Amino acid sequence: MAATMSMMPGFRSNISSQNDLVPDWTRTEVSTGTTIMAVEYDGGVVIGADSRTTTGAYIANRVTDKLTPIHDRIFCCRSGSAADTQAIADVVSYQLGFHSIELDEAPLVETAAHLFKASCYRYREELTAGILVAGWDRRKGGQVYCVPIGGMLVRQPVAVGGSGSTYIYGFMDSNYKPSMSKEQCLELTAAALTLAMERDGSSGGVVRLASISEEGVERRVILGNQLPKISTH
Amino acid sequence: MERRCLDAKYKGVSTGTTILAAIFDGGVVIGSDSRASIGGEYVSSKTINKVIQVHDRIFCCMAGSLADAQAVLKAAKFHLSFHSVQMESSPLVIAAATVLKELCYQNKDELQAGFLTAGWDRKKGPQIYVASLGGMLLEQSVTIGGSGSTYIYGYVDAKYRPNMSREECLQFATNALALAMGRDNVSGGVAHLVVITESGAEHVVVPGDKLPKFHDE
Repeated sequence: MAATMSMMPGFRSNISSQNDLVPDWTRTEVSTGTTIMAVEYDGGVVIGADSRTTTGAYIANRVTDKLTPIHDRIFCCRSGSAADTQAIADVVSYQLGFHSIELDEAPLVETAAHLFKASCYRYREELTAGILVAGWDRRKGGQVYCVPIGGMLVRQPVAVGGSGSTYIYGFMDSNYKPSMSKEQCLELTAAALTLAMERDGSSGGVVRLASISEEGVERRVILGNQLPKISTH
Repeated sequence: MERRCLDAKYKGVSTGTTILAAIFDGGVVIGSDSRASIGGEYVSSKTINKVIQVHDRIFCCMAGSLADAQAVLKAAKFHLSFHSVQMESSPLVIAAATVLKELCYQNKDELQAGFLTAGWDRKKGPQIYVASLGGMLLEQSVTIGGSGSTYIYGYVDAKYRPNMSREECLQFATNALALAMGRDNVSGGVAHLVVITESGAEHVVVPGDKLPKFHDE
């Protein structure tokens, strides 16, 4: 049930219209109804997200940063309940930091992904969290792991998540090709996020991008008026 | 079970389908998938044609409850042929769309059906009208509908251009249907497409194995 609620933004307003004296959004959980995306390329990964956090119809934060660092070269993209995903990300960064010190070397992206999965699966009944884990490590290079609601773990060359992702599956399927360069991945991510933001009411604001490789993390922001103009009508 | 009942109460009967229509230079393409399913679990028909002809150059796609849509279309066909006899000429596309809209609006409490109407007439050339569930009528140059349509909003927004050629538009429509059928489990089968121009209507069927494949298939 929790899973269905975050997918259907209109659902909440039907059952919470009991008391009209208090606005709807004061009784609604904060949600990162969102669009997130991660793409692997040869040598690293590109991740992107919109910047809108909503409580019902009110935009609680229009410049949210949903790309959360877990370690030096491992990030996660958060969608679902803002509280749940922040809490899980805190737990996993602690666990991963500790593990990395024990091993005395940089942690693997796969390890981070498994830690996310462990928390998301164990507490699946209480949580509403859809997370993309992406990063670079020496062993397997750039990797993207998808941990959707329910706690499944799967590695994919390109993954999208959040409420806005449904609108861009077709665009992604037709435009993604294996072996793209970093610049092409950045353009594809920016284009896909822009399209999703135009159709999904719970996604919007700016586009935040990051590319992670052996050299490190490079972040950039595309402001609303600088978004690529892809819509043809 | 519980989720499906709640879904039906708040969202209406699931429109397990993908339908679209797009205007090109000189005509319009209207198309749909061919799957009919019961509750998303059993495919009751793999080859149903959801593109219905209501007059020589006017076609409709139905969305929503198939039973309601068929009943409305039957009434609409009658109204339209009567109107055409009275006017002593072919009906306009907007007339067909308005007939459907009136039926949807006047009976909105009982019905759960929406329609895409596409066609060609002498007065305005190729047109597409959307008569949605509550009875709104809207003219558009490209439109998509049904459960599978959510997956191709981004693709259609990025790829559709006005004044495409017939071949480009057919390819665009086939690609869009293939992408939607690839992601929506209640859309599938073959792609039924109808190309309507001044010279008439041509039915194109693209069987499942001839549909374009994208990188992960």
